[in-house]
Amino acid sequence: MARVFIYPATSLILSDLVARFGHKPLGTALSVRERIQTAGLDSPPLQMTPDDAKKGLKWAAVEVPSGVRGRMSLFGPLIDQAEAAVLVSNPDFAFGCMGCARTDELVEYLVRRKDIPVLELNYPLDEEEGILFVRKVRDFLRGLESASPEKAS
Amino acid sequence: MIDTIPPLYAGTVTKYVFIESFKATPDDIAARAYEVSGGVMIKETCFGLQVTGPEEEVEKVIAHIREVDPAHIYVKDRGFPPGDPRRCRANLGGARPGYFGHEFEMGFIRRIAAGLEDLEREPSGLPASGDRKQIHEGLDVSRLMEIIEQEA
Repeated sequence: MARVFIYPATSLILSDLVARFGHKPLGTALSVRERIQTAGLDSPPLQMTPDDAKKGLKWAAVEVPSGVRGRMSLFGPLIDQAEAAVLVSNPDFAFGCMGCARTDELVEYLVRRKDIPVLELNYPLDEEEGILFVRKVRDFLRGLESASPEKAS
Repeated sequence: MIDTIPPLYAGTVTKYVFIESFKATPDDIAARAYEVSGGVMIKETCFGLQVTGPEEEVEKVIAHIREVDPAHIYVKDRGFPPGDPRRCRANLGGARPGYFGHEFEMGFIRRIAAGLEDLEREPSGLPASGDRKQIHEGLDVSRLMEIIEQEA
């Protein structure tokens, strides 16, 4: 079973497909869960703390906006432990009031720079594309099993 | 102002179960989940369920639910447990922030369902074909039958 980073990291479709085909999806929920289940001085009313913007410095420079650094404190550890990645390019909902285009770019850059298999896709616009989308994900994830048989479960 | 919140349901996982099926409703899968729920907590929602508990038990419940309609039931992790005051709209008002992402993807999830059904129909081991659009220009008889069944 490989740990597969998904982006958008909150994607229902990618999370479901990766788990369905026998791998572990690495999405934001895992980082958020870790934060809210850890007791400490910051068992806070918010899931993000000022410390998170500092932790983000590992992946983004100090002049980068704190919003990007705060997001990177969620995504960065997932990218670090990823053995493969499935990315959807330019998803509408990853930009806007809940998203951040600069974080999207930085995440894509970090994933590409890391020496891991990456599958890049676009969301399907019709059923035929949906069929291709699912097949590409399935074939990519199967390829991970054959590439590292000792990790397959 | 929300007071400091201790860790809730530590050591558990929470998973969303979404259903977009013409064979079953969220109510149906909730009833099915309660059949094997054991110690897990189940919250019914308009789109499906949230299941919270030890990971193994949650996976068992989800596997049981999925048997109803595997290609139309989708699962993902959730960071917060149900009812967490930092996210629950009972405290905050308005839609939960993550709702918009779900709404966006559920808008075309039937295309993914078509892909999953296609995998079930065809023998496994075939590579992804880049020319499927040219092969299937008309409406499949099987697809027509499926539409008629859904509309009935």
